[in-house]
Amino acid sequence: MSAYVETPDAASKVNYLTNGWTWQSWLLTGDHKRIAMLYLISITVFFALGGAFAAAIRLELMTPRGDLMEAETYNKVFTMHGVIMIFFFLIPSVPATLGNFLIPLMVGAKDLAFPKINLLSWYLYIIGGILGLYVAVSGGVDTGWTFYTPYSSTYSNSAVIATAMGAFVAGFSSILTGLNFIVTIHKMRAPGLTWGRLPLFVWAHYATSLIQLLGTPVVAITLVLMMLERGFRIGFFDPALGGDPVLFQHLFWFYSHPAVYIMILPGMGVISEIVTCYSKKSVFGYEFIAGSSLAIAILGFFVWGHHMFVAGQSTYAGMVFSLITFAVAVPSAVKVFNWAATMYKGSISWDTPMLYAMGFMGLFTIGGVTGVMLATMALDLHMHDTYFVVAHFHYVMVGGMVMAFMGGLHFWWSKMTGRSYPEMAGRVSAFLVFIGFNLTFFPQFIVGYLGMPRRYHAYPDEFQVYHVMSTAGAGVLGIGYLLPAIYFTYSLFAGKRVTDPNPVNAKGLEWTVPTPPPTENFIVPPVVTEEVYAYAEQEEKSLV
Amino acid sequence: MSDHSAVLDAHQDEHVAHQFANAKQQYESSNLGMWLFLMTEVMFFGGMFGAYVIYRTWYPEAFKIASTATNVPLGAMNTVVLIVSSLTMALAVQSAQLGKKKMLVWMIILTMFFGAWFLGVKAIEYSEKWHHHHVPGANFIWEGDGGREVQILYCLYFAMTGMHAVHMVVGLGIMTWLLLTAIKGHYTPKYYNPVEICGLYWHFVDIVWIFLFPMLYLI
Repeated sequence: MSAYVETPDAASKVNYLTNGWTWQSWLLTGDHKRIAMLYLISITVFFALGGAFAAAIRLELMTPRGDLMEAETYNKVFTMHGVIMIFFFLIPSVPATLGNFLIPLMVGAKDLAFPKINLLSWYLYIIGGILGLYVAVSGGVDTGWTFYTPYSSTYSNSAVIATAMGAFVAGFSSILTGLNFIVTIHKMRAPGLTWGRLPLFVWAHYATSLIQLLGTPVVAITLVLMMLERGFRIGFFDPALGGDPVLFQHLFWFYSHPAVYIMILPGMGVISEIVTCYSKKSVFGYEFIAGSSLAIAILGFFVWGHHMFVAGQSTYAGMVFSLITFAVAVPSAVKVFNWAATMYKGSISWDTPMLYAMGFMGLFTIGGVTGVMLATMALDLHMHDTYFVVAHFHYVMVGGMVMAFMGGLHFWWSKMTGRSYPEMAGRVSAFLVFIGFNLTFFPQFIVGYLGMPRRYHAYPDEFQVYHVMSTAGAGVLGIGYLLPAIYFTYSLFAGKRVTDPNPVNAKGLEWTVPTPPPTENFIVPPVVTEEVYAYAEQEEKSLV
Repeated sequence: MSDHSAVLDAHQDEHVAHQFANAKQQYESSNLGMWLFLMTEVMFFGGMFGAYVIYRTWYPEAFKIASTATNVPLGAMNTVVLIVSSLTMALAVQSAQLGKKKMLVWMIILTMFFGAWFLGVKAIEYSEKWHHHHVPGANFIWEGDGGREVQILYCLYFAMTGMHAVHMVVGLGIMTWLLLTAIKGHYTPKYYNPVEICGLYWHFVDIVWIFLFPMLYLI
């Protein structure tokens, strides 16, 4: 144990936050909880940065003419927004923070299977992030986050290689996190914690990790081949060198479509936990929710061609991809209906996490249904590369994943920090986010349907009213995110202390350990005798 | 190691990391972890194999001509060298299991020797390609028809064998670490897991070459 510091508990009073105050005890820690906090801080920084680029986009689009920036600057701004939000925020968001913190606690283990690899994954993320920041300050990149060839490999005059390298390195961080989760879930479950008793949060992360393991290496090699073509003219994708640019799109989307499930499945896991807890009912159709996560992960690998309906792929291939894409809607709908059924006749309390969960369910449903529309080949010809697509994926990614992330953060905040946040401010922020989000992105469905293409900094005058609404909404959304940033920071240092192991009266092993958890998680190794989400029994007991 | 967990497990083995309940759990977790990592490697190389299949189907004639210009004897020798290195690696694992420390050290040294031999031959092949102007991008000249299509095969050749060579270099690094720890006597019949896991990696890199050789040299 040379570079890596192991911190034993001195006394039972010491928790993982108070166990060591030196910077080494944080930066060289093997504790999954501390690594989760490191991730939380870093992804918040990147979220703010990506948000700043989003603000610049919205400001430019307030007027039909390009008065704030040139077309080239605009290209760089939306590319940086996409690269930062996808590779450095959405992909690590829930898994690397909440997942890292909670999975060992939920399966009854002392840590993840490979703590040093977990720490390595954070460092890889930081190296990737620094490359991303370097690009942002050194002139930017203008290919869009998709790096389509031959523009990226031959014609673009921006920092393509550094950006792709950043995404490549961050990709390995994601692979290592997934690997750690799968081994931990397979091999380190507490006695009695059978697969049928695993929390749905863990099932969702299991499915996510499978995608990370099988998908991410493919985009890694694709980016390597693109960099080889750009750097050494060892060409695979440029027609001038005998290559085929569509091959790049196939390889890229083979990862990048499943990657959207990396970005949504963990969020669905969070929602399953919140909905059952705040309905005080066992989840409806446990097996189906667990199975639907796996179904989404598997089906997700066979739908990538729906990004390429107009890229010259054969119509028959397009039909197959379209059909399988429709099929993905089934397991997604299973989840939404089961959450609704869980709430039916439950005793629901409207705390902040539940408000976010409700927001998730509504917005994800809109995002999902418009996804089915886009998977229809005839409709896609009209809506491809319009703001309709932009609105669709923001409904899933921001309306879905970011809402789930915020909900989960509020739900487990007291467990993670031992402090409470102001409930009223939390509810206000949930409302602001919901209203601001809809005001930002709903007009984009309309303007996209009317024919406004994405990635343009100037547009015809008749679209302005929608863009003004969108920009106004983005302002509200920004305040909605700023508010939690302020009260969480305040709570971290001066919030009311929480010592109750289970302040929200929830089920699951993470609520049986002290708040905040000790470094070794469990003082006595847990044995599970209870079925999962046994809220019904809890009610009976409280009646007696 | 962490003495505070002594309460949890009175018979804590000195090699069991604090997060594991016992040696069996650690052994199974490490093996599963390596197999999962190899799965990601299959997908990593899979991207290039996919590109190979597509371009080969498109340009079968050009690929046939181009592969005749590779150095089959050197490639065949390298195949044998790698297979022998896999044998010595397997023997290293066995010696560790049986507790034969001297044998273990020698087998690791032999494995590294064959690995270095492979890389040396590869370097000779690369310089040969340079002299024949078969390096795409840098100095590619092809006398005859279909130069553009032939160049694609050489792009694949350099990307695939290059990526394989990078894995060999990493493998040699891992072997160096294994050698140093083996000399210090870290491994016993009760604890030989790292040898086994490094062996898995070494065999995987070997298997990749078993596919690359016929694809790039023979057919």
